[in-house]
Amino acid sequence: MSGSAHQASVSATTTEPRFVRVALVTVALSFLTLFLFVPLAAVFYEALRKGIGVYLAAIADPYALAAIRLTLLSVAIAVPLNMVFGIAAAWAIAKFEFLGKSVLITLIDLPFAVSPVIAGMIYVLLFGAQGWLGPWLGAHDIKIIFAVPGIVLATVFVTVPFIARELIPLMQAQGTDEEEAALVLGASGWLTFWRITLPNIQWGLLYGVVLCTARAMGEFGAVSVVSGHIRGLTNTLPLHVEILYNEYQFAAAFACASLLTLLALVMLAFKALIERRALRQRHSALAMETSS
Amino acid sequence: MTPRFRHPSVLPGFGLTLGFTIGYLSLIVLIPLTMAFLRALDLSWDQFWQAVTAPRVLASYRLTFGAAFLAAAFNTVFGLIVAWVLVRYRFPGQRLVDALVDLPFALPTAVAGITLATLYSGNGWIGQYLKPLGIKVAFTPLGVIVALVFISLPFVVRTVQPVLEDLEAEVEEAAASLGASRWQIFRRVIFPAVRPALLTGFTLAFARAIGEYGSVIFIAGNLPMVSEITPLLIVGKLEQYDYGGAAALSVVMLIISFILLLLINLLQRWSRTQSGGEVAS
Repeated sequence: MSGSAHQASVSATTTEPRFVRVALVTVALSFLTLFLFVPLAAVFYEALRKGIGVYLAAIADPYALAAIRLTLLSVAIAVPLNMVFGIAAAWAIAKFEFLGKSVLITLIDLPFAVSPVIAGMIYVLLFGAQGWLGPWLGAHDIKIIFAVPGIVLATVFVTVPFIARELIPLMQAQGTDEEEAALVLGASGWLTFWRITLPNIQWGLLYGVVLCTARAMGEFGAVSVVSGHIRGLTNTLPLHVEILYNEYQFAAAFACASLLTLLALVMLAFKALIERRALRQRHSALAMETSS
Repeated sequence: MTPRFRHPSVLPGFGLTLGFTIGYLSLIVLIPLTMAFLRALDLSWDQFWQAVTAPRVLASYRLTFGAAFLAAAFNTVFGLIVAWVLVRYRFPGQRLVDALVDLPFALPTAVAGITLATLYSGNGWIGQYLKPLGIKVAFTPLGVIVALVFISLPFVVRTVQPVLEDLEAEVEEAAASLGASRWQIFRRVIFPAVRPALLTGFTLAFARAIGEYGSVIFIAGNLPMVSEITPLLIVGKLEQYDYGGAAALSVVMLIISFILLLLINLLQRWSRTQSGGEVAS
């Protein structure tokens, strides 16, 4: 048997017959159509079903606008907080060796394993009227549960791991050589961070911020437990959608839902855009690590 | 210590960053979570036992854990096919499809919930075709499974995809040149290599589905004993200011998920040594 003929027979056996390929693509696309694409289309269909007038009225409704503002506010607080946390945690974990590191990494992931409802509940147990700190808070006229601080806290809880878990493997792969060089040359710690570390992790950081934002704006279970559903005051956009739906105002509910869906699609586009850059950053770090 | 940290004192900020990390984590996550356990301890043993083993509660465990298991298993099968097709084949619109797989991560669960409830209701786009077949999805346990399939769909795809991409063609070519059929290669070479990732994806999907609330409550109908999930019972108890009962249910949920995840982790470790052995031999 000649070499080239052998080659051809090998590549023929490392892919499937045509009908198998077509069948598998069909199965995969049918599955995704049924569970992803049809629901996606349905959101916009239901939102615009009663006409564009009803759609715009639902979004311009004062309660809807208040809900949008509250959602943006909790995102604007939760994401920067978890960004600072993510950078600090990744710095400590990736740049130093210490006892109990793997325990710490596990604890950072903990909010992923806790039901959002339980996340909301623990704050009610702490700060609610009959919670541990409830009487003291009541005496000092501080409201956390059924108020904005509780909503922000619940949002922070469910999004704690997002940025940290993007940065930790990235910074671990990058090692400490560049920072050490900068420090030896006389740069201060902050200067080293701003000029060396931050540019090295910027895409991974942005990637984490996108994931964190998407989750923060859509959180429902945890926020629902601490919110009290006070219209115009403690209703986030997802909670507003729930209220409208339960009042059988389907067109309005889907109008607000379509707004959240558009935001989700923007986040996905962002994610696809920076994903390759973030991956390249990690790969180049890994390549450097193995070559040194 | 690894040799890379020969000069651990050169880099600054260890105390600051570690202190901040532990402080933040304690305030936001650890201390509040401990409260759930302490609050459950307020109950006497009889009260606790009664709260967590009432018939309605037991039915909700069966539904929550059973539906989460079935949804994760369903997604394991179809997630493998989707990952395979995305990595191995080329078809029009592929990059768009690839990006949209993450939709359930980005879409708020309440939006998913009302949309699925509308689609699968008796006169919805999908429900109208199921109705003549006698299949009811909305307001039944089947609806719970549908919602959980949606929210946990990306996990298996996203854990299996990179493993398939990294699989070296040489191994398959070697197997082929030794006379293995395509199916044998898949079963003996490819599948053992992706099995650990498949299990990881299953675990993540399962864990996520157990705790899910937003997407389920709209489609489930929330009938006691039939289609009521445990997180909803926790919310109900909180609304009646039964904090002890809510904490007790949460503790049970946390412990059961912890044990399940531990078991799956062990299974995964076993699977990894198995596939490592097969590749080596």
